[in-house]
Amino acid sequence: MFKATVIVKRRKSILDPQGKAVEQGAKMLGFNNVSETRIGKYIEFFVNTDDKSEAENEVKEYSEKLLSNPIMEDFEFTIEKV
Amino acid sequence: MMKTKFGIVVFPGSNCDHDAYYSVKKVLGYDAEFLWHKERDLKNSKVIILPGGFSYGDYLRTGSIARFSPIMDEVIRFAKNGGIVIGICNGFQILLEAGLLPGVMIQNKSLKFVCKDVTLKIENRNSIFTNTIEKDLLNVPVAHGDGNYFADEETLSSLRENEQIVFRYSSQDGVISDEFNPNGSALNIAGIMNKENTILGMMPHPERCCDPILGKTDGSLIFKSVVNNILNQ
Repeated sequence: MFKATVIVKRRKSILDPQGKAVEQGAKMLGFNNVSETRIGKYIEFFVNTDDKSEAENEVKEYSEKLLSNPIMEDFEFTIEKV
Repeated sequence: MMKTKFGIVVFPGSNCDHDAYYSVKKVLGYDAEFLWHKERDLKNSKVIILPGGFSYGDYLRTGSIARFSPIMDEVIRFAKNGGIVIGICNGFQILLEAGLLPGVMIQNKSLKFVCKDVTLKIENRNSIFTNTIEKDLLNVPVAHGDGNYFADEETLSSLRENEQIVFRYSSQDGVISDEFNPNGSALNIAGIMNKENTILGMMPHPERCCDPILGKTDGSLIFKSVVNNILNQ
Protein backbone atom coordinates (compact mmCIF):
# COMPACT_ATOMS: atom_id res chain seq x y z
CA MET A 1 0.00 0.00 0.00
CA PHE A 2 1.09 3.55 -0.65
CA LYS A 3 0.31 6.80 1.04
CA ALA A 4 -0.19 9.65 -1.38
CA THR A 5 -0.07 13.37 -0.71
CA VAL A 6 -1.31 15.79 -3.31
CA ILE A 7 -0.82 19.55 -3.26
CA VAL A 8 -3.16 21.57 -5.42
CA LYS A 9 -2.04 25.14 -6.13
CA ARG A 10 -3.83 27.90 -7.87
CA ARG A 11 -1.97 28.79 -11.05
CA LYS A 12 0.28 31.84 -10.85
CA SER A 13 -1.66 33.76 -13.48
CA ILE A 14 -4.90 33.52 -11.51
CA LEU A 15 -6.04 35.89 -8.81
CA ASP A 16 -6.21 34.32 -5.36
CA PRO A 17 -8.57 36.53 -3.32
CA GLN A 18 -8.12 34.38 -0.22
CA GLY A 19 -4.32 34.63 -0.37
CA LYS A 20 -4.60 38.39 -0.81
CA ALA A 21 -6.86 38.76 2.21
CA VAL A 22 -4.57 36.65 4.37
CA GLU A 23 -1.61 38.73 3.28
CA GLN A 24 -3.43 41.86 4.41
CA GLY A 25 -3.61 40.20 7.82
CA ALA A 26 0.12 39.50 7.67
CA LYS A 27 0.80 43.19 7.03
CA MET A 28 -1.43 44.19 9.94
CA LEU A 29 0.63 41.90 12.19
CA GLY A 30 3.78 43.56 10.95
CA PHE A 31 5.15 40.77 8.76
CA ASN A 32 6.45 43.25 6.25
CA ASN A 33 8.72 40.81 4.43
CA VAL A 34 5.85 38.53 3.45
CA SER A 35 4.72 38.69 -0.15
CA GLU A 36 2.69 36.70 -2.69
CA THR A 37 0.73 34.63 -0.19
CA ARG A 38 -1.22 31.98 -2.06
CA ILE A 39 -3.53 29.36 -0.63
CA GLY A 40 -3.78 25.85 -2.00
CA LYS A 41 -5.03 22.46 -0.86
CA TYR A 42 -3.26 19.56 0.78
CA ILE A 43 -4.91 16.18 0.23
CA GLU A 44 -3.76 12.79 1.54
CA PHE A 45 -5.05 9.27 1.01
CA PHE A 46 -3.98 5.64 0.71
CA VAL A 47 -3.71 3.71 -2.54
CA ASN A 48 -4.35 0.02 -2.11
CA THR A 49 -1.77 -1.61 -4.35
CA ASP A 50 1.87 -2.68 -4.08
CA ASP A 51 2.64 -1.74 -7.67
CA LYS A 52 4.34 1.65 -7.61
CA SER A 53 3.62 2.68 -11.18
CA GLU A 54 -0.02 1.63 -10.86
CA ALA A 55 -0.27 3.73 -7.70
CA GLU A 56 1.34 6.72 -9.41
CA ASN A 57 -0.98 6.46 -12.39
CA GLU A 58 -4.02 6.29 -10.16
CA VAL A 59 -2.94 9.30 -8.10
CA LYS A 60 -2.24 11.27 -11.25
CA GLU A 61 -5.57 10.43 -12.83
CA TYR A 62 -7.47 11.17 -9.59
CA SER A 63 -5.68 14.52 -9.35
CA GLU A 64 -6.38 15.42 -12.96
CA LYS A 65 -10.01 14.34 -13.05
CA LEU A 66 -11.30 15.45 -9.68
CA LEU A 67 -8.84 16.95 -7.21
CA SER A 68 -7.75 19.81 -9.46
CA ASN A 69 -9.22 21.83 -12.30
CA PRO A 70 -6.51 22.39 -14.93
CA ILE A 71 -8.04 25.70 -15.97
CA MET A 72 -7.05 27.29 -12.69
CA GLU A 73 -4.89 24.84 -10.77
CA ASP A 74 -1.67 22.81 -10.94
CA PHE A 75 -0.94 19.83 -8.74
CA GLU A 76 2.07 17.89 -7.52
CA PHE A 77 2.15 14.66 -5.56
CA THR A 78 4.39 12.23 -3.73
CA ILE A 79 3.77 8.62 -2.80
CA GLU A 80 5.42 6.63 -0.08
CA LYS A 81 5.22 2.90 0.67
CA VAL A 82 3.52 2.09 3.98
CA MET B 1 -50.67 20.43 -27.65
CA MET B 2 -48.04 18.85 -25.40
CA LYS B 3 -46.66 21.20 -22.79
CA THR B 4 -42.93 21.83 -22.81
CA LYS B 5 -41.41 19.78 -20.04
CA PHE B 6 -38.64 20.98 -17.76
CA GLY B 7 -36.52 18.44 -15.90
CA ILE B 8 -35.02 19.88 -12.73
CA VAL B 9 -32.04 17.95 -11.39
CA VAL B 10 -31.85 17.57 -7.62
CA PHE B 11 -28.36 17.09 -6.21
CA PRO B 12 -27.66 16.64 -2.51
CA GLY B 13 -27.37 20.27 -1.44
CA SER B 14 -29.47 21.82 -4.22
CA ASN B 15 -31.64 24.52 -2.68
CA CYS B 16 -33.18 26.35 -5.64
CA ASP B 17 -34.73 23.21 -7.14
CA HIS B 18 -38.14 23.96 -5.64
CA ASP B 19 -37.98 27.62 -6.69
CA ALA B 20 -37.31 26.51 -10.26
CA TYR B 21 -40.11 23.93 -10.13
CA TYR B 22 -42.56 26.43 -8.66
CA SER B 23 -41.68 29.11 -11.21
CA VAL B 24 -41.88 27.01 -14.37
CA LYS B 25 -44.82 24.87 -13.28
CA LYS B 26 -47.02 26.90 -10.96
CA VAL B 27 -46.29 30.40 -12.20
CA LEU B 28 -45.65 29.85 -15.91
CA GLY B 29 -47.78 26.74 -16.38
CA TYR B 30 -45.25 24.47 -18.09
CA ASP B 31 -44.78 20.83 -17.24
CA ALA B 32 -41.96 20.08 -14.79
CA GLU B 33 -40.50 17.12 -12.97
CA PHE B 34 -37.67 16.65 -10.49
CA LEU B 35 -34.81 14.37 -11.56
CA TRP B 36 -32.89 12.82 -8.66
CA HIS B 37 -29.15 12.91 -9.30
CA LYS B 38 -28.78 9.14 -8.87
CA GLU B 39 -31.25 8.44 -11.66
CA ARG B 40 -30.25 8.10 -15.27
CA ASP B 41 -33.58 8.94 -16.87
CA LEU B 42 -34.32 12.47 -18.08
CA LYS B 43 -38.01 11.52 -18.37
CA ASN B 44 -38.52 13.10 -21.79
CA SER B 45 -37.64 16.58 -20.58
CA LYS B 46 -37.19 19.18 -23.31
CA VAL B 47 -35.23 21.52 -21.08
CA ILE B 48 -32.93 20.50 -18.24
CA ILE B 49 -32.37 22.91 -15.35
CA LEU B 50 -29.34 22.47 -13.11
CA PRO B 51 -30.51 24.54 -10.13
CA GLY B 52 -28.69 26.66 -7.62
CA GLY B 53 -27.50 25.55 -4.22
CA PHE B 54 -24.43 24.00 -2.70
CA SER B 55 -24.24 20.55 -4.26
CA TYR B 56 -22.02 18.26 -2.17
CA GLY B 57 -21.42 21.17 0.18
CA ASP B 58 -19.32 22.93 -2.49
CA TYR B 59 -16.44 20.76 -1.20
CA LEU B 60 -13.21 20.71 -3.19
CA ARG B 61 -14.51 23.17 -5.82
CA THR B 62 -18.05 24.30 -6.55
CA GLY B 63 -19.76 21.77 -8.79
CA SER B 64 -16.75 19.48 -8.96
CA ILE B 65 -18.37 16.44 -7.36
CA ALA B 66 -21.92 16.94 -8.66
CA ARG B 67 -20.47 16.86 -12.14
CA PHE B 68 -19.81 13.12 -11.63
CA SER B 69 -23.33 12.27 -10.37
CA PRO B 70 -24.93 9.47 -12.42
CA ILE B 71 -27.52 11.75 -14.00
CA MET B 72 -24.79 14.02 -15.36
CA ASP B 73 -23.75 11.30 -17.85
CA GLU B 74 -27.23 11.62 -19.35
CA VAL B 75 -27.31 15.41 -19.10
CA ILE B 76 -23.96 15.63 -20.90
CA ARG B 77 -25.16 13.24 -23.61
CA PHE B 78 -28.44 15.19 -23.95
CA ALA B 79 -26.50 18.48 -24.14
CA LYS B 80 -24.07 17.14 -26.72
CA ASN B 81 -26.99 16.04 -28.88
CA GLY B 82 -28.38 19.56 -28.93
CA GLY B 83 -30.63 19.34 -25.85
CA ILE B 84 -31.37 22.60 -24.04
CA VAL B 85 -29.71 22.96 -20.62
CA ILE B 86 -29.90 25.91 -18.24
CA GLY B 87 -27.46 26.02 -15.33
CA ILE B 88 -28.28 28.59 -12.68
CA CYS B 89 -25.69 29.64 -10.09
CA ASN B 90 -24.39 26.31 -8.72
CA GLY B 91 -25.82 24.80 -11.92
CA PHE B 92 -23.58 27.15 -13.93
CA GLN B 93 -20.60 26.03 -11.83
CA ILE B 94 -21.49 22.40 -12.58
CA LEU B 95 -21.68 23.14 -16.33
CA LEU B 96 -18.17 24.64 -16.15
CA GLU B 97 -16.77 21.66 -14.23
CA ALA B 98 -18.42 19.30 -16.72
CA GLY B 99 -16.73 21.16 -19.56
CA LEU B 100 -20.06 21.96 -21.24
CA LEU B 101 -19.16 25.65 -21.01
CA PRO B 102 -15.63 27.11 -20.89
CA GLY B 103 -13.97 28.75 -17.88
CA VAL B 104 -14.12 28.41 -14.10
CA MET B 105 -15.62 30.20 -11.09
CA ILE B 106 -13.38 31.46 -8.33
CA GLN B 107 -14.28 33.25 -5.09
CA ASN B 108 -15.84 36.68 -5.32
CA LYS B 109 -13.15 39.33 -5.39
CA SER B 110 -14.54 40.82 -2.17
CA LEU B 111 -14.45 37.37 -0.50
CA LYS B 112 -18.01 38.14 0.61
CA PHE B 113 -21.18 36.27 -0.21
CA VAL B 114 -23.16 38.69 -2.34
CA CYS B 115 -26.96 38.62 -2.24
CA LYS B 116 -28.75 41.47 -3.99
CA ASP B 117 -30.66 42.53 -7.09
CA VAL B 118 -28.46 43.31 -10.07
CA THR B 119 -29.07 44.70 -13.52
CA LEU B 120 -28.17 42.46 -16.44
CA LYS B 121 -27.51 43.83 -19.88
CA ILE B 122 -28.59 41.41 -22.58
CA GLU B 123 -25.46 41.14 -24.68
CA ASN B 124 -26.72 38.58 -27.16
CA ARG B 125 -30.28 39.19 -28.28
CA ASN B 126 -30.33 36.33 -30.78
CA SER B 127 -29.93 33.47 -28.33
CA ILE B 128 -32.89 31.18 -27.73
CA PHE B 129 -32.75 32.39 -24.12
CA THR B 130 -33.28 36.04 -25.03
CA ASN B 131 -34.63 36.46 -28.56
CA THR B 132 -38.24 37.05 -27.53
CA ILE B 133 -37.31 39.56 -24.81
CA GLU B 134 -38.04 43.13 -25.80
CA LYS B 135 -36.12 44.85 -23.01
CA ASP B 136 -32.36 45.52 -23.05
CA LEU B 137 -31.93 45.23 -19.31
CA LEU B 138 -33.21 42.69 -16.79
CA ASN B 139 -33.46 42.99 -13.05
CA VAL B 140 -32.53 39.67 -11.42
CA PRO B 141 -31.09 38.75 -8.01
CA VAL B 142 -27.68 37.17 -7.42
CA ALA B 143 -26.75 35.11 -4.35
CA HIS B 144 -23.32 33.51 -4.41
CA GLY B 145 -19.87 33.37 -2.87
CA ASP B 146 -18.05 31.92 -5.87
CA GLY B 147 -19.31 33.83 -8.88
CA ASN B 148 -16.10 35.37 -10.13
CA TYR B 149 -15.95 34.09 -13.70
CA PHE B 150 -12.44 33.43 -14.95
CA ALA B 151 -11.12 32.25 -18.31
CA ASP B 152 -7.85 32.89 -20.14
CA GLU B 153 -7.60 35.68 -22.71
CA GLU B 154 -7.95 33.30 -25.61
CA THR B 155 -11.20 31.85 -24.24
CA LEU B 156 -12.57 35.31 -23.48
CA SER B 157 -11.92 36.55 -26.99
CA SER B 158 -13.47 33.44 -28.47
CA LEU B 159 -16.55 33.95 -26.27
CA ARG B 160 -16.75 37.46 -27.64
CA GLU B 161 -16.18 36.52 -31.26
CA ASN B 162 -18.78 33.79 -31.17
CA GLU B 163 -21.29 35.99 -29.32
CA GLN B 164 -21.47 33.52 -26.46
CA ILE B 165 -21.72 36.19 -23.77
CA VAL B 166 -25.44 36.40 -23.05
CA PHE B 167 -25.63 38.60 -19.93
CA ARG B 168 -23.26 41.15 -18.38
CA TYR B 169 -23.56 43.00 -15.09
CA SER B 170 -24.35 46.66 -15.70
CA SER B 171 -25.76 49.81 -14.11
CA GLN B 172 -29.50 50.45 -14.25
CA ASP B 173 -28.79 52.43 -17.41
CA GLY B 174 -26.81 49.68 -19.08
CA VAL B 175 -23.35 51.06 -18.33
CA ILE B 176 -20.80 48.28 -17.92
CA SER B 177 -17.96 49.00 -15.51
CA ASP B 178 -16.18 47.58 -12.45
CA GLU B 179 -18.51 49.54 -10.21
CA PHE B 180 -21.43 47.35 -11.27
CA ASN B 181 -19.53 44.09 -11.15
CA PRO B 182 -20.68 42.26 -7.99
CA ASN B 183 -18.00 39.58 -7.94
CA GLY B 184 -15.02 40.51 -10.10
CA SER B 185 -16.06 38.44 -13.13
CA ALA B 186 -13.98 38.87 -16.28
CA LEU B 187 -15.72 41.25 -18.72
CA ASN B 188 -18.58 41.61 -16.17
CA ILE B 189 -19.82 38.22 -17.36
CA ALA B 190 -23.04 37.09 -15.70
CA GLY B 191 -24.08 34.43 -18.21
CA ILE B 192 -22.63 32.62 -21.22
CA MET B 193 -23.80 30.00 -23.66
CA ASN B 194 -22.23 27.42 -25.95
CA LYS B 195 -21.59 28.18 -29.63
CA GLU B 196 -24.58 26.07 -30.65
CA ASN B 197 -27.01 28.29 -28.71
CA THR B 198 -28.43 25.45 -26.58
CA ILE B 199 -26.64 25.56 -23.21
CA LEU B 200 -26.89 28.59 -20.91
CA GLY B 201 -25.01 29.13 -17.66
CA MET B 202 -25.82 32.17 -15.51
CA MET B 203 -25.01 33.20 -11.95
CA PRO B 204 -28.14 35.33 -11.34
CA HIS B 205 -31.39 33.57 -10.38
CA PRO B 206 -34.22 34.02 -12.91
CA GLU B 207 -36.33 31.44 -11.04
CA ARG B 208 -36.44 33.79 -8.05
CA CYS B 209 -38.20 36.53 -9.99
CA CYS B 210 -41.07 34.97 -11.93
CA ASP B 211 -44.04 35.24 -9.60
CA PRO B 212 -45.56 38.78 -9.65
CA ILE B 213 -46.31 38.48 -5.94
CA LEU B 214 -42.55 38.74 -5.35
CA GLY B 215 -42.43 42.12 -7.04
CA LYS B 216 -40.23 41.29 -10.02
CA THR B 217 -40.86 39.05 -13.01
CA ASP B 218 -37.93 39.56 -15.37
CA GLY B 219 -36.71 36.01 -14.78
CA SER B 220 -39.83 34.61 -16.40
CA LEU B 221 -38.84 36.25 -19.71
CA ILE B 222 -35.88 33.88 -20.04
CA PHE B 223 -37.98 30.73 -19.52
CA LYS B 224 -40.69 32.05 -21.85
CA SER B 225 -38.10 32.78 -24.52
CA VAL B 226 -36.80 29.20 -24.40
CA VAL B 227 -40.30 27.74 -24.60
CA ASN B 228 -41.28 30.02 -27.49
CA ASN B 229 -38.21 28.87 -29.38
CA ILE B 230 -39.09 25.22 -28.78
CA LEU B 231 -42.67 25.75 -29.94
CA ASN B 232 -41.55 27.57 -33.09
CA GLN B 233 -39.09 24.86 -34.11
